[in-house]
Amino acid sequence: MTETTLTALSESLKTGLIARFTALADDEITLSHRVAEWTGHAPLLEEDIALANIAQDELGHATLWLGLRAALDGSNADALAYHRDPAEFRNTPLTELPKGDWAVTMVRQYLFDAWEVLWLDTARQSAYVPLAEAAAQALREEKFHLQHTALWVERLALGTAESTRRTQDALTQIWPYALALFDPLSAEADAVAAGLLPDIAALQPRWTALVRGHLEGVGLSIPASSPLPYSRHQHTEHLAPLLADFQRVARKFPESQVW
Amino acid sequence: MTARMTQIYWDALRGVADPEIPVVNIVEMGMVRGVDIGESGVRVRFTPTFSGCPALHVIRQGITDALAAAGADTVTVENVFSPPWTTDDITPEARAKLETYGIAPPAPNGESSLFMTLELEAVRCPRCGSFDTRMTASFGSALCKRMYVCQACREPFEGMKSV
Repeated sequence: MTETTLTALSESLKTGLIARFTALADDEITLSHRVAEWTGHAPLLEEDIALANIAQDELGHATLWLGLRAALDGSNADALAYHRDPAEFRNTPLTELPKGDWAVTMVRQYLFDAWEVLWLDTARQSAYVPLAEAAAQALREEKFHLQHTALWVERLALGTAESTRRTQDALTQIWPYALALFDPLSAEADAVAAGLLPDIAALQPRWTALVRGHLEGVGLSIPASSPLPYSRHQHTEHLAPLLADFQRVARKFPESQVW
Repeated sequence: MTARMTQIYWDALRGVADPEIPVVNIVEMGMVRGVDIGESGVRVRFTPTFSGCPALHVIRQGITDALAAAGADTVTVENVFSPPWTTDDITPEARAKLETYGIAPPAPNGESSLFMTLELEAVRCPRCGSFDTRMTASFGSALCKRMYVCQACREPFEGMKSV
């Protein structure tokens, strides 16, 4: 997008883009941190490496989104990531939940990956060219995650009685949080109407059909669920300790230049 | 004059190795989209490979250092995302170097579907040339690689993901 068209964006469109880029970045940062908690602890060496790769990709995507935000408001990615308080984070509660057992980690990652792949696929058509370009880049990487986590969910659900039980428990716990990914951001309505951002309400049926087919196909039951008391503005008790850990070094050495 | 300097800068960039795979350089890997000489110095249009790749910082610094050594006063490295980098941009020479180095070069990418399956392109063992290989892990020691084993010569090896 040229500078002229960038300045031509109305304040309300800019606000919508900034809100969505921040939400995406915060999802990626918090989920990346949870996934990286397995580094050195995963049940298999190959999976240790796989999760470290996935965490690194998600953090790379956070950098993309914060870069897009910076182009709109001149903000600084490191300042946003390391020096905001929990109440200022706009991640969905799904991504801040503790890593849990292997089944929780894989079910959450699968449901998130499926959402992200569909969001990115739609965002490739965005009328805001910098977003369309970043989405095309991130999508190619995200597809590897979805392939990997879809396979793990299948393997766990069809494994032993113990793995089946744990996977069903994980799905029962995670499902209502995953649905909250489709809560619209009030600030983005104009940007969606203008074709700059994907309409997440329209994504939900595609996502539901995809994940329901896969989960029920391997014998899992989708639980009934009611709305959560949590949101991107009302976090669970788990976010503050996550950020305390994630931001610890940066806050201790605020004068440092490179992370 | 400008054409000659442009050629000198391109040659300098061929001296910048990929930090993860030092046998290949960033030009033959397809990461450099353009070199422009303007009033404000030299502008390099650079295409990141994987967005989370930690080697990108090193590569950007390598570009600046190489061009400064070739005589450039001011160097700007600009990220270009469109069209995105693809492993199809890797030159045949670089593919041969990867294989000699022990990394199976990526299969042609083409237009892959939104949801990947595990029915992957056959990957040739870089050691013995057999196609009787098996993927052992879909992620590897760097974001661009995955792990395989050759069932003919029994050697494990890395292959580049096709993106």
